[in-house]
Amino acid sequence: MSRAADKPGGAPGASEQAATQPAKTRAAVIDAALEAAADKNAYLADDTKTEIRICAGTACHASGRVALRKAVDKALAERGLTETVKVIETGCHGFCQQGPIMLLWPKGIFYPHLKPQDIEEVIETSVAGDGVVERLLYRHPGSGEPLALEKEIPFYALQKRVVLSLNGKIDPYSIDDYLAHGGYSALAKVLKDADPSAVIAEIDRSGLRGRGGAGFPTARKWRSCRANPGTKHYVICNADEGDPGAFMDRSVLEGNPHSVVEGMIIAAYAIGADNGPVEGYVYVRREYPFAVERLRWALKQARERGLLGKDILGSGFDFDIRINQGAGAFVCGESTALTLSIEGHRGMPRGKHIRTVARGLWGQPTNLNNVETYANVPWIINHGADEFASVGTATSKGTKIFSLTGKVVNGGLIEVPMGATLREVIFDIGGGMLPGREFKAVQLGGPSGGCLPASLLDEPIDFESLVAAGSMMGSGGMVVVDDTTCMVDFAKFFLKFTAEESCGKCVPCRVGTTRMLEILERICAGLATMDDVELLEQLADDVVEGSLCALGGSAPNPVLSTLRYFRDEMVVHVAERRCPARVCRPLIRYTIDKEACTGCRACLPACPSGAVTGERKEPHRINQKLCIKCDACRQACRFDAVRVETGKPSLVEGRRR
Amino acid sequence: MTTNATAGETEEQELEEQFVELLEHYRGERGALVPLLQGAQAIFGYLPEDVMRRVAEATGEPLSKALGVATFYAQFRLRPHAKHTIRCCHGTACHVSGATRISEELEKYLGIKIGENTPDMLYTIEEVHCVGACGMAPVVMINDRAHGKLTPEKAVEVVRAFQAEAEGSGAEVTAAAEPAGNAVEVEA
Repeated sequence: MSRAADKPGGAPGASEQAATQPAKTRAAVIDAALEAAADKNAYLADDTKTEIRICAGTACHASGRVALRKAVDKALAERGLTETVKVIETGCHGFCQQGPIMLLWPKGIFYPHLKPQDIEEVIETSVAGDGVVERLLYRHPGSGEPLALEKEIPFYALQKRVVLSLNGKIDPYSIDDYLAHGGYSALAKVLKDADPSAVIAEIDRSGLRGRGGAGFPTARKWRSCRANPGTKHYVICNADEGDPGAFMDRSVLEGNPHSVVEGMIIAAYAIGADNGPVEGYVYVRREYPFAVERLRWALKQARERGLLGKDILGSGFDFDIRINQGAGAFVCGESTALTLSIEGHRGMPRGKHIRTVARGLWGQPTNLNNVETYANVPWIINHGADEFASVGTATSKGTKIFSLTGKVVNGGLIEVPMGATLREVIFDIGGGMLPGREFKAVQLGGPSGGCLPASLLDEPIDFESLVAAGSMMGSGGMVVVDDTTCMVDFAKFFLKFTAEESCGKCVPCRVGTTRMLEILERICAGLATMDDVELLEQLADDVVEGSLCALGGSAPNPVLSTLRYFRDEMVVHVAERRCPARVCRPLIRYTIDKEACTGCRACLPACPSGAVTGERKEPHRINQKLCIKCDACRQACRFDAVRVETGKPSLVEGRRR
Repeated sequence: MTTNATAGETEEQELEEQFVELLEHYRGERGALVPLLQGAQAIFGYLPEDVMRRVAEATGEPLSKALGVATFYAQFRLRPHAKHTIRCCHGTACHVSGATRISEELEKYLGIKIGENTPDMLYTIEEVHCVGACGMAPVVMINDRAHGKLTPEKAVEVVRAFQAEAEGSGAEVTAAAEPAGNAVEVEA
């Protein structure tokens, strides 16, 4: 069947040629269309040119990149350099803790934490001149040596950037930049070969697994979606990144939206090319305004250049993508809930006895992959399955992006080969713990994952190892906590999240998570008994067993992993009524060190409940009955005299009066 | 008085026109309920009862269904909402970096609880799950702009600075402060 003949649009005459001529000409048509898609006059990012690249990711934006851009433009204009030096606002560079970030090419000089008032000096020295402003350079977290070049910084040097390779380099608003860096060549290749099942076979050989959490083999999903009959097939990108502590999908969409679009078109071709019409959706969180805007722009550009819509690159293949903005429900990251949400219903998962690949959106076969999964696809097609599979472990191939946050020195977005150890990620790339802090745990997989203790730091990061350890890959959130985090409170935090976000459809999840939360609240308030801990454990198993969807089934994971690795801490809460991390307020007390207190009275007005009393130049006291543990006195004290002690207030201090 | 009333009426008319246009745009489209509710809330700031009725009618769904959807998703509000929204992020990274104390401090500063409006209907505080700016935790968003690496005191400072700016230059502050992000949704 030659669908090409009856589809209008595309390059004039291209479709007729593709339909009537043998395969060789088809290739020529597609090559010509791809070449024609690029605007020859567009500016292209190039490491060998004099360029200033300013990170325009959400974090750097919030740290002041707009003011930075203005200062750069002004400084360049003053020197008459506006024409010769190109300023590019790129996607996220990943090193969010150092924002706002600026990179100067052709040398690759990296300036972190810039302020508008520094710009004059930077432009004068490093753009107009040939030097570096040493006081502004990034310093090695270990030696304190200034490092001028991006490639010298351990945070970057130790990563393997595949999906993120163009983030921070190209202008996300420029399709020409993407095209010039090999963009859409994978799509052209696939269209030229005209063999959808070969695409799936290639993805299969690469061993690509879903980056959204469960790690389902991508090719198997595509194949079954393709095999299922329907009047239309749907290809959906899940960008409903709801895990607290995860922002890699946002950064990919913000930094290189075309890579996701290209991946989706290839998937659509593989699934639907000789299968009837295919339609695409991107379901994206409404909390990500930049991502939505850049994606919308990317889709518009792709349509204008004949890369999306009717008769893509003159191949006769039709596919278009719409954006659907989520309305704020964590559960909509689940495939069946997501499709229901697009249909305009409450996003409540259904039983999976019939899978989405058979009956998904509007009852039709639907393929749903995560942002990062799609972004890997063009790379695999371009470089071949073998090269992709050469990275990673036996069962987990390729690289994975993590958002490393919490109490680490170098937080941000990192991409590492599968199988890297937690220690490498947290200590080598992440630069270890903040000064004076001790590693306690790393939380992976968000509300569906778990906390892993220091003894597991040398575990490789791959799908199976993490599940075996009681956590999971999830979408890649990695939150590092230190001794100031109470593991019981931390588990309570996640359970509060899942209890609030439970859609309410099935009893085990709706009621189970609420009861578990109540038990945890009792533990944190010092009101629990050891029976409660046992009940908690039992309930956790019941929720895992009985829940309808994967979100309910994994909701107890934070509790189970806490029970597994930090049971002692929980027992101390119950048996000794103490919170060793000094977080659970009913289990701590504020006291004033008589030796350190100078009697300056600074804490008296700070206390909102009138609990602090004392005369000038006399040591003050805290009335434990009135103290609400708001921490205001400790913050007000300039002599470090307010102590936080573990254990319930004994009222001894109060009685003494 | 009369001029004020006329101004109010024209504004109401404008909103009505926008709403009718929105209904027309989605007429007959499948799955339009959620985008319609999102659009209506962008116009009116919340979802009044008669708007809910008309959205339900336009989609051919019973009002109960529309209400069910509106109450399921966190985005929708059925009550008037203050002009500026202060969102305290309570994602994981923010939680371990002290988000709780920041919320408490802001509650104290504005004299309202999470989810309430200030009596002058200018500010409301919300607790949200992760705004995706974990690299600079803890974070507070004022309207669509994120402020990071906060302490309780700094959070109050940021809000105070915003108030000074908002009251100084009038209603346009949101748009002026946010050159790119506001294109999608301004919830003021």
